[in-house]
Amino acid sequence: MDLKEKMLSSFMALEQELDLSSPVHDIRSTSLKTFEALGFPSKKDEAWKYTSLAKLLKNDYSIFPKKESSIELKDVKKYFLYEIDSYKVVFIDGIYSPFLSDTTHDGIDVCLLSAALTKPKYREVIEKYFNQVADKEESLTALNTSFAKEGAYVYVPKSVVAEKPIQIIHFSTGEQGDFLLQPRSLVVVEENAQVQIIERHQSLAAHEVLTNAVTEIFAAKSALVDYYKIQNDRLDASLIDNTYVAQESDSNVNVHTFSFGGKLTRNNLNFTQNGEHIDSTMKGITIIGEQQHVDHYTLVNHVQPNCESHQDYKGIYADKSVGVFNGKIYVDKIAQKTNAFQQNNNILLDDKATINTKPQLEIFADDVKCSHGCTIGQLDEDALFYLRTRGIPKREAKGLLTYAFANNVLESVAIPSLKTRINKLIAKKLGVNLGHDL
Amino acid sequence: MLTIKDLHASVEDKEILKGINLQVNPGEVHAIMGPNGSGKSTLSTVIAGHEDYEVSKGSIVFDGEDLEELDAEQRAHKGVFLSFQYPVEIPGVTVTNFIKTAINASRKAKGLEDMPAKDMLKSIREKAAMLEIDSKFLSRSLNEGFSGGEKKRNEIFQLAMLEPKLAILDETDSGLDIDALKIVANGVNKLKSKDNAVVVITHYQRLLDYIVPDFVHVLYNGRIVKSGTKELAHELEAKGYDWIKQELA
Repeated sequence: MDLKEKMLSSFMALEQELDLSSPVHDIRSTSLKTFEALGFPSKKDEAWKYTSLAKLLKNDYSIFPKKESSIELKDVKKYFLYEIDSYKVVFIDGIYSPFLSDTTHDGIDVCLLSAALTKPKYREVIEKYFNQVADKEESLTALNTSFAKEGAYVYVPKSVVAEKPIQIIHFSTGEQGDFLLQPRSLVVVEENAQVQIIERHQSLAAHEVLTNAVTEIFAAKSALVDYYKIQNDRLDASLIDNTYVAQESDSNVNVHTFSFGGKLTRNNLNFTQNGEHIDSTMKGITIIGEQQHVDHYTLVNHVQPNCESHQDYKGIYADKSVGVFNGKIYVDKIAQKTNAFQQNNNILLDDKATINTKPQLEIFADDVKCSHGCTIGQLDEDALFYLRTRGIPKREAKGLLTYAFANNVLESVAIPSLKTRINKLIAKKLGVNLGHDL
Repeated sequence: MLTIKDLHASVEDKEILKGINLQVNPGEVHAIMGPNGSGKSTLSTVIAGHEDYEVSKGSIVFDGEDLEELDAEQRAHKGVFLSFQYPVEIPGVTVTNFIKTAINASRKAKGLEDMPAKDMLKSIREKAAMLEIDSKFLSRSLNEGFSGGEKKRNEIFQLAMLEPKLAILDETDSGLDIDALKIVANGVNKLKSKDNAVVVITHYQRLLDYIVPDFVHVLYNGRIVKSGTKELAHELEAKGYDWIKQELA
């Protein structure tokens, strides 16, 4: 039985434990039909031209957790940003871990989507936002929606500034063999409210894990959302991340994606600007090697006038790794005075590393500023020589230059301890021991 | 300290150095002058160990060791320093962190522990003061947005911190106004000792008023065609390089 059939037949098993009278269930059923019609994407789809899921889909994944797994905090502490106080929503093999989590209902809601989907007090928010931000016609998103059960739920009411960042972490233990995880998160930030979120998917032992995650983020008028994705997983872990952002007037949403690990990572990042004077920022640093594969597929829908979007992705590819950047900017005919900037710069450290970079601009308004640029290069030989004449060995010199290349993406990280952590991850990934913070 | 014998070097199959002979002993200051395109910068780059330059004949021996066997970083660890004519900009790496990395890399190569942070800071402060470098400057990204003069002063700051045995100053005077030139020259003079040596590569005699050479060599068309004392530099300044070309013709 292939994975598609398995998913379709497993849906009935899922239904047995759900409240079938809930309006959410209609959404699930409709989404399953969408997935059934579309199936998994293949390389024949333009959007998946450079990334093949075929191999991953051959694994015989468990779809539901068979038992609760537990892990010790000391074994996983390093995956948290523990230097600072934060809210935490932690899942182990798709099941909420109250022991590792630190949720709240004090002023803001940081809790579980399963609770939000079932409890009456959240009904209004769920009806208004759940599956309303996501693209209902995208097959993997539809698949996630049909199985949507658990994930993080964040609600920040009007004019509230979340006083500490929220960490959302999904662990996969491997105790139940190869696993397909489908976390679903919803983040609603009301007018003039602010929140910072750090998200991570982490496999803890040798097993094939495929995560098909969907996150919906709604930023109301003048809201501010900083969202950080740390992708530094094991080499047998794969991730398809579908993040949808809808913004109202004067809001500001920044998504940083740090892709350092994993076997195959696909980031579908979609922004829709439903108001004026909106600022959307997408930044990324990708540093991979071996046979790793990272694909950034961004889409910004400029459908109202006077908005801005900024994209800055840096990629560093070693060994036989493959990178993809596809950045689509759509400017509707009424979206006059749009400022849309896109930059994708790449360094190939080895002859066998590959980057496919493709800007895609569809502009129907006539008074806009749109720029895009992509570069593919090697490290500057003169700069390398300069560092080596100062006694810095070739390997470290390359690391320093590579660091310098990616650096400006870190400048906008608003959580200092996170910035330090990312710095250290970069140094480690590049195999340099600089012995001090840069 | 440095013995160069019949050095031939080429880049992209074009021979630039065509038989250089040079002997530099501890405590000496040598000036290498010559018209543009004579091979001055190539000579300094070859001594520092650039991989794009191929030594086809001859040898460079430094403290008894053939440099051809060594990478650029290994030459630096042995005490060779090149002050660049065009220093490279490295965004995101501060002057301070860069120098720390460089010093600790050299120490590591010699089997030493990292320099204690306190000692490092003290040394950085002393050397910066000597070169009249503002502390704000030290937390800027290396060479990024620096003026020509700032870049050169930063090169000499690195020289002061790394304390090499052999310092090669490639066109250090270009881009410097007279005040900056004096500060830089003063710094170099303070660092001079009986155990180290300086090779000043310059087109003009101006810098040599402040860093006074023991020997002056004229490089022309890939060879040292004339050597003398500091008076030779004055003669070149007064007469230009044409008379040398005529002498050779």
